[in-house]
Amino acid sequence: MQLTRRDAVSALTALGASVAVAGCGDTGSTQQSDADTEIRETMVAAAEVVYPDEVTGIEAFVTTFLDSRLTGESHAAGVGDAVAAVNDRAESWYDDRFPALSAADRDSLLREVGADTAEPRREGSTAEEVRYYVVNELLLALYSSPTGGELVGLENPQGHAGGIDSYQRGPQA
Amino acid sequence: MSGRPPAEDIENSAGATDRTPVDDADVCIVGAGPAGGLVADRLADAGYEVVVLEAGPRFDPTDRLARQEKAIRPTYDRPAVWDSDPERDAHSNSGEWFYPLNHARARGVGGSTLHWQGMVMRLHEGDFNSNSERGVGVDWPIDYSDLRPYYATAEQELGVAGGEMPFGPPREEPHPMPAFPPSYSDSIFADACDELEIAMHPVPNARNSESYDGRSQCVGYGTCQPVCPSGAKYDGTVHIESAEEQGATVIDRAAVQRLDHDADRITAATYATPDGEHRQEADAFVIAAGGVETPRLLLLSDSDHYPDGLANSSGTVGRFFMDHLFAGMGGTLDEPTRQNHVGFLTSESHQFYDDADDEFAPFKLEFFNYAGPSPVGMALTGDDWGDDLLGRLRDDYGTHIAMGGLVEQLPREDSYIGLDESTTDNHGTPVPEIHWNVGDRALRTIERANEIQRSILAELGVDIEWTAGPDSTGPAYHHMGTTKMSDDPTEGVVDADCRTHDLDNCWIASSSVFPTGGAMNPTLTIAALALRVADAVDAAL
Repeated sequence: MQLTRRDAVSALTALGASVAVAGCGDTGSTQQSDADTEIRETMVAAAEVVYPDEVTGIEAFVTTFLDSRLTGESHAAGVGDAVAAVNDRAESWYDDRFPALSAADRDSLLREVGADTAEPRREGSTAEEVRYYVVNELLLALYSSPTGGELVGLENPQGHAGGIDSYQRGPQA
Repeated sequence: MSGRPPAEDIENSAGATDRTPVDDADVCIVGAGPAGGLVADRLADAGYEVVVLEAGPRFDPTDRLARQEKAIRPTYDRPAVWDSDPERDAHSNSGEWFYPLNHARARGVGGSTLHWQGMVMRLHEGDFNSNSERGVGVDWPIDYSDLRPYYATAEQELGVAGGEMPFGPPREEPHPMPAFPPSYSDSIFADACDELEIAMHPVPNARNSESYDGRSQCVGYGTCQPVCPSGAKYDGTVHIESAEEQGATVIDRAAVQRLDHDADRITAATYATPDGEHRQEADAFVIAAGGVETPRLLLLSDSDHYPDGLANSSGTVGRFFMDHLFAGMGGTLDEPTRQNHVGFLTSESHQFYDDADDEFAPFKLEFFNYAGPSPVGMALTGDDWGDDLLGRLRDDYGTHIAMGGLVEQLPREDSYIGLDESTTDNHGTPVPEIHWNVGDRALRTIERANEIQRSILAELGVDIEWTAGPDSTGPAYHHMGTTKMSDDPTEGVVDADCRTHDLDNCWIASSSVFPTGGAMNPTLTIAALALRVADAVDAAL
């Protein structure tokens, strides 16, 4: 299922907000620091693992989502630290950066870090922070979007301002 | 999805910059929830110099989408959504029943309407005459007819979307907005209810079914409880902001520590702020701090003249603490039920409400639109991801169905709010002691509500998986009854105008004045009483 511009900008449209969505529909803003590039590449690589296979359009979706998330100083620092930890482990255990690993190795690494069973915590162990800032960050983005909801049969998932029509519709509508 | 500012970067910088007292204030209001906001708005509009003291912070409305992240992510518990502070909001429990106070309230400008569900029904006529009509409880010193015009105004002020209420009390005018249409889930219930001759009808919602009062139509975020990012759900900030536009002063992070007084008047409110302690004088005082903090403040303001607490000659301050009890049941069907698109209800049944007597309490039935877990919530709380996670979500979402209900509990002297002198808050002040007890009539009524719920779900063929019955019920987070209204100064704290019997210049605008609770969500009655208090203060000044 294709993640689209609708998924990327839905919250903005509903609120009439003026938050910039530079690069929406492409790969994001053009002037990015090395650290920012590492975050975006690593998060896209992680999304390719934690999102189901039938989802496409991941790179544009994730980078656009991060545009609004990385504007928060504290959150950006947390994401950056978690991403750095993931890449450190990748270099140590698999001799390459996380984005360069195969999908199977990326999946294994996240589990070896402990992000599958860890509680999500902002200030916790590496496993807990990776769960919060990487895995849950990406799952929050997907499953509160219309496309993520539709994967489950819920076109207006919690967190998405999808209006007041869908709750009235039956499953065949 | 995009445009989601992160929760952890909420700065909370929207508060007052000057927390010093206001000169020559006519009215000082304690509490900036819906009651305090409505009184402030009315009296500021009438030309009075009004100051509102709020213990909690003022939240930046632009942070609401970030707060929604707190509501969704399991890392944050419910009190964290509106920045509950464990030290500031400390309390103790000593009753037979545990009361999760900080899940049950939000402290700050807007009060608990920041996190409320937004259901707004009028009490029924019989609720005002429980003793004479049902043989239990007490009668209010006012009748439905006294409150009826204020209910109509309150519905206009809050913005209520509603339809015909076949079992409701008499009314002349329709609700200000049309009701939200019934849900697909409601249509599943409808056949079973038809068969069982149980009437379904719309829910009056303080939520915009169309644009209203400069606020948007509901956009379906699905997180009404605990946060509405669009502002379509009414909250107390609406009237606080209106009051400010008319000249009122609202001071946040101003925790009133005591009310200074002589024998028959309050002279000043002493309040603690991050910048130190101040003293606000005024001609009239309105306490609008809810069913827990209102009695706490009176008890903290004891003196030689009032050794048991201010305005407590009757000895009833803090007594008769009540809430509504939840009765519920749910399970799964073998067909899609389309839950969790929105976070509010569209259908209820009040058919059995007025069957109440001395054995059974009034109760109402609710048809849920958000039965079962939300997929995004499930996604953030598993050991899986990728295709495995999607498979789990598809297995667990889609067929849940559930009912709820609220049941009245009677006022009891052994259910009360006191002071825990052994524990202090961030200002070194004794915290509220919650001693919540519930009687057999409420528990019997929960069983009765469960019987009806079971009959409906059985008619539908639901595989019933959970029941919230007498042994597993909980409070609906409606704090009522701790400064009771009574004509008799020996029986209650305030008179029929909500003015304290002991003090000439002190009114209470809160569900704390309810002599009995009925089984309707209380905020519309709180709002109607607040409007009536505003008239009384205006007449007295």
